[in-house]
Amino acid sequence: MNPIISAASVIAAGLSIGLAAIGPGIGQGSAAAQAVEGLARQPEAEGKIRGTLLLSLAFMESLTIYGLVVALCLLFANPFAG
Amino acid sequence: MFFSLAAVEVGTHLYWSFAGFTVHGQVLLVTWLVIATILAIAVAGTLKLEQIPKGLQNFVESVFEYVAGIAKDQIGEYEYRPWIPYVGTLFLFIFVANWYGALVPWKLIELPEGELAAPTNDINTTVALSLLTSVSYFYAGLSKKGLGFFARYISPTPIFLPINILEDFTKPLSLSFRLFGNILADEIVVSVLCLLVPLFIPLPVMVLGIFASSVQALVFSTLSAAYIGESLE
Repeated sequence: MNPIISAASVIAAGLSIGLAAIGPGIGQGSAAAQAVEGLARQPEAEGKIRGTLLLSLAFMESLTIYGLVVALCLLFANPFAG
Repeated sequence: MFFSLAAVEVGTHLYWSFAGFTVHGQVLLVTWLVIATILAIAVAGTLKLEQIPKGLQNFVESVFEYVAGIAKDQIGEYEYRPWIPYVGTLFLFIFVANWYGALVPWKLIELPEGELAAPTNDINTTVALSLLTSVSYFYAGLSKKGLGFFARYISPTPIFLPINILEDFTKPLSLSFRLFGNILADEIVVSVLCLLVPLFIPLPVMVLGIFASSVQALVFSTLSAAYIGESLE
C-alpha cells in the first residue's frame, strides 16, 4: 500500500469520528438539559420523557456512527488501497 | 489466553459458496440460531392457550402487546393492525440478534476464518432489513392510494421533488448504517478494551452495549413503522 494513502487514511479516520462527534455532542447535551427541565417541571411525566429522550439520543448518536462507518471503511476496507 | 479471546477481527468472514453466490457463513449460522430461538419461544408460548395466561404465555402476550404498541404509536389506530407482524418481526429479530451477539461468548468457538457474532454486525443483514422496509412502505402507500401515492413527491411544492426523491434513498441508507455501525462499534469497543485490560474494566461497556443494542432494535422498528405510517396518511 502506498504510504501516503495509508497515512492519509488513518488521519482521515480519526478526523471523521472526531468531527462527527461535535454536533451530536452539542445536540445530546441540549436534549438532556431540556429533558431535565421538563422533569423538574413535571416529575410525574418521567416515564414518557425518559422514553422519548432515549429514542432521540439514539437518533443523534447515529450521526456519530455514520462517521464511524466512514472511519471503518477507511481503515478496513479502503477503496484506494489498490 | 486472554489475548486470543480478545483478538479484533473486522472484515474476515467464513465464506461459503452457494449456487454461484459467496455468502458469509458465520452470519447465516447465528441468524438461523436467532430464528430458531424466536420460533421456539413463540411456539412454546402459544401451544396451550388459556383464558387466564400464566408463565410463558403471559410473557409472549406482553411481548406482543409491546410490539403492537410500537406499530400503533407510529401508524395510527386504524391502520396499524396489518403491520404488527412486520414491525414485530423486525423488532424481535434485531433484538434477539443483538443480544445473542452481546451475551453469548462466541469467541470460545473457533472458526477456520472470521468469528461468530451478532448477525447485525454484517452490513448485508442490515441492508436487507432496511430494503425490506423500503419495499413495504412503497407497498403500503401504493396499495392504499394507488398512483396517487406519487403525489407526495411534489407534496408541499414541486420544488421539493429532488429532495423527496433523495429521501427514498437516504432512508434505507441511514437505517442500515445506523444499526450496523452501532452494533459493530459496540463489539469493537469491547474488543479493544479487552485487549488493553482483560478483566472487569470492559464490564460497564458491555452493559452499555446490551442497553444500546436493545434501543437500536426499538429505533429500527419505530422508524420502519413511522415510514410506513407516513406513506399511509
